[in-house]
Amino acid sequence: MNDLFSVVDWSRAQFALTAMYHWLFVPLTLGLGLIVSIMETIYYRTGDESWKRITKFWMTLFGVNFAIGVATGIILEFQFGTNWSNYSWFVGDIFGAPLAIEGIMAFFMESTFIAIMFFGWNKVSKRAHLAATWLTVIGATISALWILVANAWMQYPVGMKFNPDTVRNEMFSFWEVVSSPVAVNKFFHTVTSGWVLGGIFVMSVSAWYILKNREMNLAKRSMKVGAWVGLVGMLIVAYTGDGSAFQVAEKQPMKLAAMEGVYHGEKGQGLVAFGILNPEKKSYADNEDAFLFEIKVPKLLSILATRQVDGFVPGINDIINGGYVTKNLAGDEIVAPSVMEKMAKGKKAVEALSAYKKAQKQGDEEAMIAAGKALDENYEYFGYGYVTDPSQVIPPVPYVFYAFHVMITLGCYFLLLFIVVLWLIRKDRLYKMKWMLWVCVISLPIAYICLESGWIVAEMGRQPWVIESIMPTFAAISKIGAANVQTTFWMFAALFTVLLIAEVGIMVKQIKKGTEQK
Amino acid sequence: MAQSVVSRNIFVRIFYFYLNGFRSMTLGWTLWAIILIKLFIMFFILKLFFFPNVLNTNFKTDAERAEHVSNELALPIPNSDNK
Repeated sequence: MNDLFSVVDWSRAQFALTAMYHWLFVPLTLGLGLIVSIMETIYYRTGDESWKRITKFWMTLFGVNFAIGVATGIILEFQFGTNWSNYSWFVGDIFGAPLAIEGIMAFFMESTFIAIMFFGWNKVSKRAHLAATWLTVIGATISALWILVANAWMQYPVGMKFNPDTVRNEMFSFWEVVSSPVAVNKFFHTVTSGWVLGGIFVMSVSAWYILKNREMNLAKRSMKVGAWVGLVGMLIVAYTGDGSAFQVAEKQPMKLAAMEGVYHGEKGQGLVAFGILNPEKKSYADNEDAFLFEIKVPKLLSILATRQVDGFVPGINDIINGGYVTKNLAGDEIVAPSVMEKMAKGKKAVEALSAYKKAQKQGDEEAMIAAGKALDENYEYFGYGYVTDPSQVIPPVPYVFYAFHVMITLGCYFLLLFIVVLWLIRKDRLYKMKWMLWVCVISLPIAYICLESGWIVAEMGRQPWVIESIMPTFAAISKIGAANVQTTFWMFAALFTVLLIAEVGIMVKQIKKGTEQK
Repeated sequence: MAQSVVSRNIFVRIFYFYLNGFRSMTLGWTLWAIILIKLFIMFFILKLFFFPNVLNTNFKTDAERAEHVSNELALPIPNSDNK
């Protein structure tokens, strides 16, 4: 298999595996944490002991998920230093600073308050305990913020300047990095998707109890809280998803083209509601149709991407050939350069870096200034210097297209589910409708599929860039053997699978046990 | 059995808060065992034997690391045929 997969492929696969496993645990922490906090708030306000019992039950499940998931993300940081050392050095403190803040925040906030949350019942005041519960979930959410800021910077690098002396990008505006529109949308979209999962999780377990005619008080009360949190989360997910798509259209048009399978852009572009890609379409340059079958909503993609009914949305071929009107990073209107033009500028930038280093060694200041100027002028397309064929800048369209449409379809399903469940609760009909309760139960694995699809869209859609336009994956990699990465890939697969089995096993045991002895 | 300790010293109180918390755990022991085994595997096996920091291991100074990355980024890049 080594012959088929290079070190880049294995390293990418390993990173994807780790990130996707990590992402099984994180959203439930964020969502269930919020729900537990709300339940404890109800207990604090009403003094109703059954809410305390309910809170403690869900808190136990929160604890199981937290314990199994904690520190699984650290493995990603190991991989930066080993597999992606060029990248790690190149991004310098921009990536390091948010991750360091995340580490400190996570350690101090979560580890302090989670102890009070679990050990503090009847030992600290009700108010202090409630504060600790809220601060635990706020700490987890702020941790997510820093990770997502770092990720957003990779998709839209701002607030930095490249220093050829250190060969590093150096941050000049922390605020620009933190408040980038990509980061803001990504943060709210990701965190609230965790709320949706939390809501579905609570509804699913509650529905199972109702079907088994057990823990009826807990299940009915929890079902309502879960459905409301899920609905609010879903509405914010939809709003920020729209914001994210708008940002993608401006900053990563190739990703949007792949998400929608658009090869030839047009004004008033429709949105593919359902489509089957043509497997015979092997290259952007061939004349095969992109779809075997498609149902489109007229003009909707233009509205979402440009906020204009007849706005132009470029397709893959348009982006490769250039020539359409777009905006640069500064927000000025420009005619989009072709990929070949970007490659030429990128090569100038890379050669200028080499020339700069050579002049530096020779002590030739004049040559250093000239090379530095050429580097500055062309740095925007630095990563294109490593591209040898325009087709390399196209992400894997089928993965991105299908993942995007799975995510959107399931998102719509969840919105409908929350509304229907709340309506049925209001009419006092839900608890008699067995099939609807089973729908709630089986929605849990579907929610995980939806969340993982979101990550596939975000991360595969930006390929080949590890930093958009600045560094492709194949320039970010360390000089290590593919066999080494392959070995650790399977080790991670085994470790995470064991952890997942442990989580599911302990969770199921606790759910079956119910609230006895709580 | 949870122990009730009254002390003026805040650190002693925090210590007993944690001690009693750990003592009264039921499911928590299993979770702590999982956490500790996981951290051991991650830091003492994976990190130590499989995930060295390439630049820190192979180079002593930042200047050497910068030089190495600069050479790596000079054209042509190996693996550039991979997307």
